[in-house]
Amino acid sequence: MKKTLYSIIALGSLIAGMTGCGSHDGKNDGALNKNNAERVYVAPGEHDDYYAFISGGFSGQLAVYGLPSGRLFKVIPVFSQDPEKAYGYNEETKPMLNTSYGFVPWDDAHHPDMSQTNGVIDGRWCFINGNNTPRIARIDLKTFETSEILEIPNSAGNHSSSFVTENTEYVVAGTRFSVPIPQRDMPIKDYKGNFKGSLSFIKVADDGMMDISFQIMMPGFNYDLAHPGRGASHGWVFFSTYNTEEANTLMEVNSSQNDKDFIAAVNWKKAEEYIKAGKFTTMPANYAHNVYNESTQSATTTMGKEVRILNPADCPGLVYFLPTPKSPHGCDVDPSGEYIVGSGKLSASLTVHSFTKMLAAIEGKKFDGEAYGIPIINFDDVVAGIVEQPGLGPLHTEFDGEGNAYTTFFISSEVVKWKLGTWEVLDRKPTYYSVGHLMIPGGNSRKPWGKYMIAMNKITKDRYLPTGPEVCQSAQLYDISGDKMELLLDFPTIGEPHYAAGCPAELLEPTSQKIYKLEDNHHPYVTRSGKDAKVTRKGNEVHIYMTTIRSHFAPDNIEGVKVGDKVYFHVTNLEQDYDVPHGVAMIGANTSELLIMPGQTETFIWEPKQEGVWPFYCTDFCSALHQEMQGYVRVSPKSSSLGLSWSLDGE
Amino acid sequence: MKNIPISKVVMLLAALLPLALFIMPLWTIELGAPQYPEPLGMEIWITKIAGIKAGDLQNINLMNHYVGMKEIPEHMAEFDLFPYVVIGLSLIGILFAFLGKRILYLTWFWTYIFVGMAGMYDFYRWEYDYGHSLNPKAAIKFMDETGKLLTYQPPLFGTEHILNFQATSLPAMGAYFLAAGILLSGFAYYRGRLEAGLSFPQL
Repeated sequence: MKKTLYSIIALGSLIAGMTGCGSHDGKNDGALNKNNAERVYVAPGEHDDYYAFISGGFSGQLAVYGLPSGRLFKVIPVFSQDPEKAYGYNEETKPMLNTSYGFVPWDDAHHPDMSQTNGVIDGRWCFINGNNTPRIARIDLKTFETSEILEIPNSAGNHSSSFVTENTEYVVAGTRFSVPIPQRDMPIKDYKGNFKGSLSFIKVADDGMMDISFQIMMPGFNYDLAHPGRGASHGWVFFSTYNTEEANTLMEVNSSQNDKDFIAAVNWKKAEEYIKAGKFTTMPANYAHNVYNESTQSATTTMGKEVRILNPADCPGLVYFLPTPKSPHGCDVDPSGEYIVGSGKLSASLTVHSFTKMLAAIEGKKFDGEAYGIPIINFDDVVAGIVEQPGLGPLHTEFDGEGNAYTTFFISSEVVKWKLGTWEVLDRKPTYYSVGHLMIPGGNSRKPWGKYMIAMNKITKDRYLPTGPEVCQSAQLYDISGDKMELLLDFPTIGEPHYAAGCPAELLEPTSQKIYKLEDNHHPYVTRSGKDAKVTRKGNEVHIYMTTIRSHFAPDNIEGVKVGDKVYFHVTNLEQDYDVPHGVAMIGANTSELLIMPGQTETFIWEPKQEGVWPFYCTDFCSALHQEMQGYVRVSPKSSSLGLSWSLDGE
Repeated sequence: MKNIPISKVVMLLAALLPLALFIMPLWTIELGAPQYPEPLGMEIWITKIAGIKAGDLQNINLMNHYVGMKEIPEHMAEFDLFPYVVIGLSLIGILFAFLGKRILYLTWFWTYIFVGMAGMYDFYRWEYDYGHSLNPKAAIKFMDETGKLLTYQPPLFGTEHILNFQATSLPAMGAYFLAAGILLSGFAYYRGRLEAGLSFPQL
């Protein structure tokens, strides 16, 4: 035991030494190469060449950056409440965060992936998974807002998600933690053989609407990451696994014992046949499906009550296991669809499987036993090649479309460029520090735009001005257009950046929506003109139909509200001009402000607790007379007989 | 065909060209500002005033209300009158072309010049009123160096700075069709003289 401890310390100091040296070199690089500054400089008023959608990690959100500048444009609220935008606070978006566990105001956002057509990113939607309370979100890339959130039943730690097949037929979502399915009260030590892992296939309709088509009930391993096949391997999805030991405690040791775990190759076209043939069982379930309706500008929740389950043991040809050393993390498919790269995170080499060999091995039944009825293909009959000793702790791989692959190494803190087919290492560059994912725009599709690569780091230490014990999260931009990678820029990110997705600016820039058309606003409490503004009472509920336009509220004087009332402010922004939102906030309201885009209606609730005359005001500096954009509500005692009245400028 | 004089055909064309005003605007006023890199704009038609983009009129009104300017009218008496004038003049022009008398072409030419000038004067008067009749309760009242209240009349033609806005007023496609029609009627008159063997045009 003591000996092991010493060697761990020794290894630790070795790693620290390596990263320490790297840091020094990196700083010199940045300071000396003046040219790099010009290559990331986007002059004032100019636009970036690429959009990057970087996961906000434990912030639960999705951040939008420009490349090469690394400038942050917007944080799209997805899985977490955002008081800045009233997301999850206003009445319209609260249902977005409903789950079968009730309202969950936070999640851990991991892997954004964009919709594709014929294997090419098409710029319609971005999907992202919530890891903690399993959910998949769809973000509309015209409005850059979350349109839909679908909870995934029978899942726990929704990590091998949300990856998109090449015509956006499915978004896949695999469980990281296996659990009793259905959930039940049982001893944890009876994990082995009793816990299950589900792989969910979510059908995406033409309008983007998601629907869980079926789940494959897998053995109780941990399903870590995934990527769909493309080209020849379209119709398959590959999931990496660890803990094939099925351990349930001290996992860092007990799930790291097997020399090889598996990549699970799932044939979803076969699954469709089995579904059509009725080879599924229907299982009761309970999961929330939250949809934001752009017409009513409100989200609603419906509960799904069952899922279709396929059991691989009953469905020959549905799933095969490809042995892969050692606790593989990333599972990445090259643009041709031939190579499946398994990054054995506890090994020092990369295993690359061949899709062609896999089909031949299946054909020739070259199996090395089976696990829970799932055939295990002979390692030697499926492996295409091994990248020997490229670094320590390989995690993720992306591709440049020129036959090169780029793999991140967490432990040795570097990105390594290597050649598909010859498996030779071509270049390596340090990252600062401990890189996780990397992203090349389109780098997980059939058509990468191989100009830039960003590395997303887990540790930043001394790279920025310190901000106390909690320092910023960070990404780094590399130019990969030459033979050697060049580090151009460090830029901070929100949360912990896990995966990212990117595309050329011209794919989204022309269709980015400027306003919501007032005539298309069918919110049940819309007020289409200042003249229609009114206040109504229904018992102790008071509904204020309010409008905003530069620079006043209508109405701005309201009387007849009483202590104990529940006052709904339904505020419509009548502006039809680009970039003229109005905000509204009420003193003492137990909620966030509203931030209302032109043509939108949003609602907050205020429950006045004290008599008096209480002001509200516009929170977004909308115009020259913004400071004058305010109003008053008079609150009378509960017993008051004062009727409702409202006015603007005495009218 | 041989016996139809070219002057007649030209006059017929001249009479038809102003009808383009029913399908395209006569004039545009564009308002650019630092906050409006893509300018706001209005189009003046013979039947209406419209925004160049959806929302432009509302946004111009919003900008203008701070200094007390009136809203751009949805309806003006001119909109009732102008279509008849344009149709009437075209019908008369067609009649003149068929009558084939070059003195009539010249009459039509001068009539349209006069009507056009009257229209421009009317437009100027509207602009004057629009820029000068300010709500005394306006939030923003700017004075010039002499302490006189600033006014906001847009230019009739060309570009002018009005506070943070650069207002550019220019003829639109309809005006070019109209001008082409008027010029062609003048040309028809000259051509008619040439066809009659006269060489010294007199206006």
